[in-house]
Amino acid sequence: MTIGLGHYLAVGAILFTLGILGIFLNRKNIIVILMSIELILLSVNINLVAFSTFLGDIVGQVFALLVLTVAAAEAAIGLAVLVVYFRNRGSIAVEDVNLMKG
Amino acid sequence: MILPALFFYLFATICVASAVMVIVSRNPVHSVLYLILAFVNASGLFVLMGAEFLGMMLIVVYVGAVAVLFLFVIMMLDVDFVELREGFIQYLPVGLVIGGIFMFELLLVVGAWAINPSVTKTITAAIPTNVTNTEALGLVLYTKYIHYFQLAGMVLLVAMIGAIVLTLRHKVMVKRQDINVQNARTPEMAMAMRKVASGQGLSDADAAEWVK
Repeated sequence: MTIGLGHYLAVGAILFTLGILGIFLNRKNIIVILMSIELILLSVNINLVAFSTFLGDIVGQVFALLVLTVAAAEAAIGLAVLVVYFRNRGSIAVEDVNLMKG
Repeated sequence: MILPALFFYLFATICVASAVMVIVSRNPVHSVLYLILAFVNASGLFVLMGAEFLGMMLIVVYVGAVAVLFLFVIMMLDVDFVELREGFIQYLPVGLVIGGIFMFELLLVVGAWAINPSVTKTITAAIPTNVTNTEALGLVLYTKYIHYFQLAGMVLLVAMIGAIVLTLRHKVMVKRQDINVQNARTPEMAMAMRKVASGQGLSDADAAEWVK
């Protein structure tokens, strides 16, 4: 009953799929879409760290750190855009986002 | 020997279950709280794998910063979240189909996959056994990958400035400090000498000009 690389990769794959499913299920709620993207990035991190551990190479953890940075920056910018959009339109429904339709 | 396996299944189960709750819960505040639970359990998985520093970083960055940011935004915006939830059932079949296809493809990849034995010869920086994980990470992060590290700092700086620039709003009626105007102010602009007649004081016209 030893836990191998495959177990962690399975957790990562399930989390990734759940993130994609979340984007489809909550197509109107952009906040939950952002949370789903966070889930996807978390699964990527799990994959990176799992390979890093089981191959004995620490560089994977360095790149997981970089993914963490990008995830934090993405959440900050995404939520800032959301706040500005809400201020201008009074709604955050995704289907109302058609200002650039022309 | 059985304890790590038990903890793996505990963390993995709670992590996946709370990820499911993130995407199906009705209230976005609950979604954020389940997201926190998912991240805490993922950091448990990281610790199990021996990446203690990243596990702690996950809690600091996600629970301490990202989740709080989400909570602030959700509570600040006055949004009818029930209305946003319409179409959940409508999108469920297509979401399940696409998720199922994706999961199937991932399983195909994982099922037919094996590590090339020669890959251990190409390892860039082996994990040292005599130092802690944090020290080992620092030994490569600040030497070999210093440019990536600084690039990550630059990404965070740009994100910070971008978020401030996007959300900063100047209201018209709010009085703000203007340093140029302050520095350009001279005694002649600020003061006026008046000859005040004894026992009469300043006239209203003088006072009005003074106040201006």
